[in-house]
Amino acid sequence: MHLTGPLLLSAVLAGAGVYGVLARRNAVLVLIGVELILNAANLLLVAFDAAYRDALHSGQVLTLFVVTVAAAEVGVALAVVLLLFRRRGDVDLRGARDLAEARDVVPTSEPVP
Amino acid sequence: MTARDVLFALVGVLAAASGILAVTSRQVVHAALWLVTALGAVAGCYLVLGAEVVALVQVLVYVGAVVVLVLFALMLTRAPIGRAPDVDAPWPQRLAAAVAGAATAGLLAVVLVEAVGGRLVQVDPERSRAQPLARSLFGSWVLPFELLSLLLLAALVAALVLSRDGFGSGEEDD
Repeated sequence: MHLTGPLLLSAVLAGAGVYGVLARRNAVLVLIGVELILNAANLLLVAFDAAYRDALHSGQVLTLFVVTVAAAEVGVALAVVLLLFRRRGDVDLRGARDLAEARDVVPTSEPVP
Repeated sequence: MTARDVLFALVGVLAAASGILAVTSRQVVHAALWLVTALGAVAGCYLVLGAEVVALVQVLVYVGAVVVLVLFALMLTRAPIGRAPDVDAPWPQRLAAAVAGAATAGLLAVVLVEAVGGRLVQVDPERSRAQPLARSLFGSWVLPFELLSLLLLAALVAALVLSRDGFGSGEEDD
């Protein structure tokens, strides 16, 4: 089979993930974009592993590692999102500007307690 | 065009379409469910490429665990059912995000296809079996594999600490 298909699909998934990370306000939906980017990278790894037949199976093994790291990342991210929700009452990323530079602060409807 | 090309085109179109729907749907639960479809279709792509163990791990960990975590997060943050007006940024930011996403996809596609696009993949059934992969994983790659268990433990402890009552309110240093 041709290698072009996996390459194009990986590019589309990465582009969709970048759009999701940048365009969403809900913190959980940003995580969905991150998952799509990670899957695009995984698909490239598996495709190159199949194309070049590495003796150490690097592509497949690294994909397994990325999947594991993604699971850990989602666990910690879920805890952070829930903490944000407990403290602010919503998960709107436009309002969570505690760490922003002063000149970037936009007036929000409610002050951070 | 071989049978694998046709199969890959089918699951690939499914993965791309559901991935785009997952980031554009205005109903938050639908977005999470489209993510299930996209990840399942990517697992199908792994099967077509001859990586059966990776496809099974993708289904087990991603579709089984990660998506359940995302759905839990949506429910615990009281995500609205139905169309929500405030899941997306205002339109100028959405436009900029669409430009950035399209630029990323275009750049990746052009560079990758120019570099290695003409190559043919011969899927070797011998490589698809679990045994050679397991020999590599528990032979050459055993040290990073063990390090990953430490990473998972650290992530578990971090999630527990973050979820504790009163974290960050100044009362936890007792």
